Amino acid sequence: MQFEYSIEGGNFSRAGYASSEVKKKLKQLNVDLQVIKRVVVALYEAEVNVVAHAYNGRMEVEIDKDKIKLALVDSGPGIPDIDKAMEEGYSTATPEVREMGFGAGMGLPNIKKNVDVLTINSVVGKGTTVQMITYI
Amino acid sequence: MKLQEIANKIDGRVITATNNGSMTYDMAFASDLMSDVLTLQNDNMVLITGLATLQTIRTAEMADINCIIFVRNKKVTAEMVKLASDSGIDIIECRYSMFRTSGLLFQSGLKPVY
Repeated sequence: MQFEYSIEGGNFSRAGYASSEVKKKLKQLNVDLQVIKRVVVALYEAEVNVVAHAYNGRMEVEIDKDKIKLALVDSGPGIPDIDKAMEEGYSTATPEVREMGFGAGMGLPNIKKNVDVLTINSVVGKGTTVQMITYI
Repeated sequence: MKLQEIANKIDGRVITATNNGSMTYDMAFASDLMSDVLTLQNDNMVLITGLATLQTIRTAEMADINCIIFVRNKKVTAEMVKLASDSGIDIIECRYSMFRTSGLLFQSGLKPVY
């Protein structure tokens, strides 16, 4: 099963909508509740990152019987130093993002904790692709 | 503790009550930082926060948190109430500080997450 959602950069009132839809689908498919929680927490963090940092993006979701594959593909400024971005506490978030309760430099480390495979590819000035795989 | 019991302890006002407020809560976590909330593994707990935004409700939805207490007299918007109702999240508004609210609920038996 495959589906896709678009994500609008800067639109905080809609941030989380796509992750919420994925959560509903996973529940319908009777995926284990602990697995759903791990997947959607990682997905929501990644969606908020796109809203916070990119101009626009999309969420690609692929569910099969043994794994959930998610990709967040954005057009945006990119990440100059991915290793630095993975450090807890490092953040380039704006004050607006911090007012939303994010931007503490915990997003990417928390994503890593919640998925089985995390791959980040980024080109400065073009955009970032975050791929996450969770085995069911 | 049941929703109304919690509200009574902190002189709070129940804004949304899922299943007639029948859910029982035994743990709580207080934070204005949603990134911290998203690191918690526990279910069925109360979030005490002064951050009244739509993203607070979204965070609770993703983290399987079924009750939010908005402290420091923060008010929820109609959009937040709708999202909380759709997601089965109980909401209480409270005029006390986060410290006072947490203290009263701790004293009443709600356990900390860690």
